[in-house]
Parts: sequence; C-alpha cells; structure tokens
Amino acid sequence: MGQETLIEAIRAKLGDAVEGVSDSFGDPVVTLRPAAVRAAMAALREAPFDYAVLLDVTCVDFAAAEGRFELVYHLYSLSRNVRLRLKASLPAADSAVETLVGLWKNAEWLEREVFDMFGVRFDGHPYLKRILTYEGFEGHALRKSYPWRLGQPRIPLKDDV
Amino acid sequence: MSGFDFVTTRLETAIGWGRKFSLFHYPFITACCGMEYMSTACAHFDIDRFGAGLTRFSPRQADLLLVVGTITHKLAPVLKTVYDQMLEPKWVIAFGACTVSGGIYQNYAVVQGIDRIIPVDIYIPGCPPRPEMVLDGLLKLQDKIQDQKQDWRWARKP
Repeated sequence: MGQETLIEAIRAKLGDAVEGVSDSFGDPVVTLRPAAVRAAMAALREAPFDYAVLLDVTCVDFAAAEGRFELVYHLYSLSRNVRLRLKASLPAADSAVETLVGLWKNAEWLEREVFDMFGVRFDGHPYLKRILTYEGFEGHALRKSYPWRLGQPRIPLKDDV
Repeated sequence: MSGFDFVTTRLETAIGWGRKFSLFHYPFITACCGMEYMSTACAHFDIDRFGAGLTRFSPRQADLLLVVGTITHKLAPVLKTVYDQMLEPKWVIAFGACTVSGGIYQNYAVVQGIDRIIPVDIYIPGCPPRPEMVLDGLLKLQDKIQDQKQDWRWARKP
C-alpha cells in the first residue's frame, strides 16, 4: 500500500474522525478528533491497516494554544513494516481522552506516564496513578506551568551547604 | 604533655594507617558513572592496590560509601537509610558531577548535591570522572583518614 492510497484508505475508514493529514520525513501524520481516538485506533489495529504495535504514547504542552495538550500516538505495523503517527489536541479545561488499554496492554503504563507528567486523564483506565514521580508529588512536572526547578523533597534537606 | 598523650598519638597513627589501607566500600551506583567505577575497581586501574578492593554489598559491613550517579528526590530516603545503616567510622565519596552538585540536571527531580542529604568527605567532579581522578580522590581520603583523631572514650574531654 503506497502512501497516498494508505491515506485515502484511512480517510475512507475513519470518516470525520480525521481532522487533517500531513507528512513528517516520509511518514504520515494523522490528526484525530479527541472524541474519536478510541474508535479510530480500534479500526487501525485491524486489517487492512494492521497496526499491531502501539510504540509510544506521549504528549506536548503548547501552554497558550487553544488545544493546549497534544497527545501523540505512534503505531507500527509488523506485517507491512510501516509506522503511523496520530495526534489529538485536548483543551486545557477538559483534558481527557478514552483509554486504549483494551486494545494494547502496554497502553496502561504509557498512559500512566502521560497522566503523571501532564495531568491528562484517560477515561476507563484501570489504574490511573502516578508512575514516575512518588506519592505526594503535587502538580504535573512536564506542564509548562510547572516551575521547572521546583523539587519536592521526601526528606528534609540541608539548604546552607 | 603526659606520657598518656604520647601513647595515644602513636596509637592514632597506627589506627589511621590500618584504616586507610583496609577500606571496605559500598558502591551506591545509579547511573553512567558506574562504568567509570567498574573500570576503577577492576584490573586496569585496580583500587585493590590502595587497599580498597573489598567491595561489600551490605552497608552494615562497609566503611566507605561511594555514591556514584544521579540521586533523585525519589531515591533520597534510600540513600539516607543506607548511610544510617553503616557503622562508625564511616566516610563518603561523592563520585561525579551529579552527586557533587546535581550536575547537568537542574530540575524538579534531582537533588542538587548529596551533601544536602548526608555528610561528604571527598568530592570527585567530572562527568564522568576519569579513573585517575577517582584514584586521586581515594588517596586524598586516605590522607584524611590518616590525620583523623580518634574519639578516645576514656580520655578527659575539655
């Protein structure tokens, strides 16, 4: 399946879930409506697209932008040896999206990391707790609004050294 | 100066000599500096030449704590516990830029120098430090141990 026929097929399959398509160094990038992420992923996982592997879930904080948090999903097809990047912009006020744990087991930890670092909620996630930072950590460290040098010590530190 | 002082001074020299050549070290390794620690500890550079070759993997049997690599706020209580478990007399070497000052990591996660958690005797900067620098630091620690006064329990305190 060539690049253009692939994009045609994706548009045909996902319909109005697709907000836009672009190209990044030869790999297609598909922007989705946040509400349609789960259904779109389920379709892309099956033939003929066959994206069997969820490589990564991550997020970008655009601070002042309208869609403040941009979720980035990377998919990989073992049978066709191609990658696909999908994006979805979430507003700051209601930054939540449906979980992908039912489709890919590894989404559980990837989504926990995005929750820990950005505070994006994943509806339907079985165990949405912090994974990198510790219990009692306040705020989300990779948000642009987080003071970047603000440590949160677990034990008293000596300051005058 | 009484005769007793003369005896303890000679004894301190002997004890210092014994201690500096029989350092049992506990390597607290968290990051890439561990590679330099390994080459220092193994045959090429060989810290056994300086009497510090006995690696202990229990802090209770060690008297030298080598803190090698980045210490995060998440890990800080663990390092404090390890230090507290060691028996006196004990010494600490901060190995590498991260342990000395936080190094390149000036952010929310990393402790800006382990001397904010535990006392440090020798700082070895470098990212990572060359094994020669580690051996130099070890020799400086030996000098320090040699000159340390013992806490004579029976001696009259001023």
